[in-house]
Amino acid sequence: MTLNQVGINFVYVLSAALFIFGLKMLSSPATARRGNLISALGMLIAISVTLLAQGLDYRWVLAGMLIGSIIGTAGAYVVKMTAMPEMVALFNGFGGLASLLLAWSEYHQNPAMVPVITIIAALSVFIGGVTFTGSMVAFGKLAGKIPQQAVVFKGQHLINAGILLAAIGASALFYLTPASMIGYLLFVVIILVALAFGVTSTIPIGGADMPVVISLLNSYSGLAACAAGFVVSNNILIVAGALVGASGIILTRIMCKAMNRSLANVLFSGFGTATVKTAGEEGHKGEIKPASAEDVYYILEAADSVAFVPGYGLAVAQAQHVVKELGDLLEANGTEVVYAIHPVAGRMPGHMNVLLAEANVPYDQLVEMDDINPRMETVDVCVVIGANDVVNPAAVDDDRSPIYGMPIIETFRAKTVIVLKRSMSPGFAGIENALFYGENTRMYFGDAKASIQALVAEFKSGN
Amino acid sequence: MTAVFLVFIFVLAIFLGFELISKVPSTLHTPLMSGSNAISGITLIGALASMQTSHHGFTVFLGTLAVVLATINVVGGYAVTDRMLAMFKKKDKGGAQ
Repeated sequence: MTLNQVGINFVYVLSAALFIFGLKMLSSPATARRGNLISALGMLIAISVTLLAQGLDYRWVLAGMLIGSIIGTAGAYVVKMTAMPEMVALFNGFGGLASLLLAWSEYHQNPAMVPVITIIAALSVFIGGVTFTGSMVAFGKLAGKIPQQAVVFKGQHLINAGILLAAIGASALFYLTPASMIGYLLFVVIILVALAFGVTSTIPIGGADMPVVISLLNSYSGLAACAAGFVVSNNILIVAGALVGASGIILTRIMCKAMNRSLANVLFSGFGTATVKTAGEEGHKGEIKPASAEDVYYILEAADSVAFVPGYGLAVAQAQHVVKELGDLLEANGTEVVYAIHPVAGRMPGHMNVLLAEANVPYDQLVEMDDINPRMETVDVCVVIGANDVVNPAAVDDDRSPIYGMPIIETFRAKTVIVLKRSMSPGFAGIENALFYGENTRMYFGDAKASIQALVAEFKSGN
Repeated sequence: MTAVFLVFIFVLAIFLGFELISKVPSTLHTPLMSGSNAISGITLIGALASMQTSHHGFTVFLGTLAVVLATINVVGGYAVTDRMLAMFKKKDKGGAQ
């Protein structure tokens, strides 16, 4: 059976509707899984109907899809939940590269394009190329294969501006003579420049700013698909690409707002490269009060309500399961337990939620920053696990601090704060944290996982 | 005229995307990203349609590579999102809402 172009396009409308339904159902954890399956169904329908078109070279199509399915399935089931940011970065990169290759193959086949389309083809390979290498750098940083620190050097902005100008120049010349030998050369230059720009624009961004970068690359991968859709005049690519592009932009905005920084500041400032000296450095208004496992046990045992505040350290220590075990013991002891999660905790949006869900924490116990802060005074104990800057009171009360104005989980207002930490070294941003010196703070030093295991042992022997 | 029509669709889809995504709670932001990643694998449709029997050599090579990468995105993206979302459970103790 073969379908004509009009029939295929009508089926694409159905697919687009299913994508939209699927995204809509993501608005609640109760319906999200079904939403994802509906979205997948939309994709399956779109793929199937595309394969019914006339004159396709099935040998390569099927070989390509088979290889891709094997790699994709293997990756999806092997990846650890703590490694999810790397996985998403990698997939973003593949999406970008696929769009680049599609636009390239289209251009290679029909070099004499309509003028408007030549510009979009150039844009498509440019976004695709930046997405690809940018994602690879992000992947390298997240997986610890390259240093996480922001790489900044003199004249970096000039180099980036130069690269961007080169891309615009090459695109302009390409627009004039797309169908010539020189045109082809320029096209390849645009690709190379895009690949370079992806690297140079991502290396100055440090590890803790990764949630912003991943969101932005997510958006780019959608826009690249969208641009490729214009090149091949395909509605479904444009609609789906635009949905993803919008999604990435919204997440980027949420992440920037949660750090009280502009997107430009995240992208260009090389934040976290210098240790910032603040007022707190000169004289701390308190002393550090270390606590033993036994001390912490007595505090927790007597508490009516406990809020865990996890950060990236929880993922590094793989402590999500023991935290849940401790939470269960506390609940069995009659304590109300919640998990308060800052929007930028971890290395990607929602990272902590997924880890805790993996450890079987029900989602109604995962509370957002804006829900917990107004009732912070009523919380008996806040247990901060591997989080630092997102609980730093300097964001609220020290207008000289670089993070002043950033919304934080205001743990310092709880009756007691227990901070789990390896040592007194400052967090990613290199900013001293006055919380550690607070009147109501106890520092519980050690590896997060081992520390919580010790608490679990105390509880088990205590009961 | 086709160009105008396509831009029309693009702009409406962007607005629709903003509306839909701003309703996703932050708890689900990671599955949202991996799920939208899978959707951005829609490039696969374009790549499949470009695999004409009349094409040869380098075009076929580029197209096949695009098919492989986009399929990884689609299959891996949906599978990993499903794996994640299966872990989000409500408290199953009676009366706890």
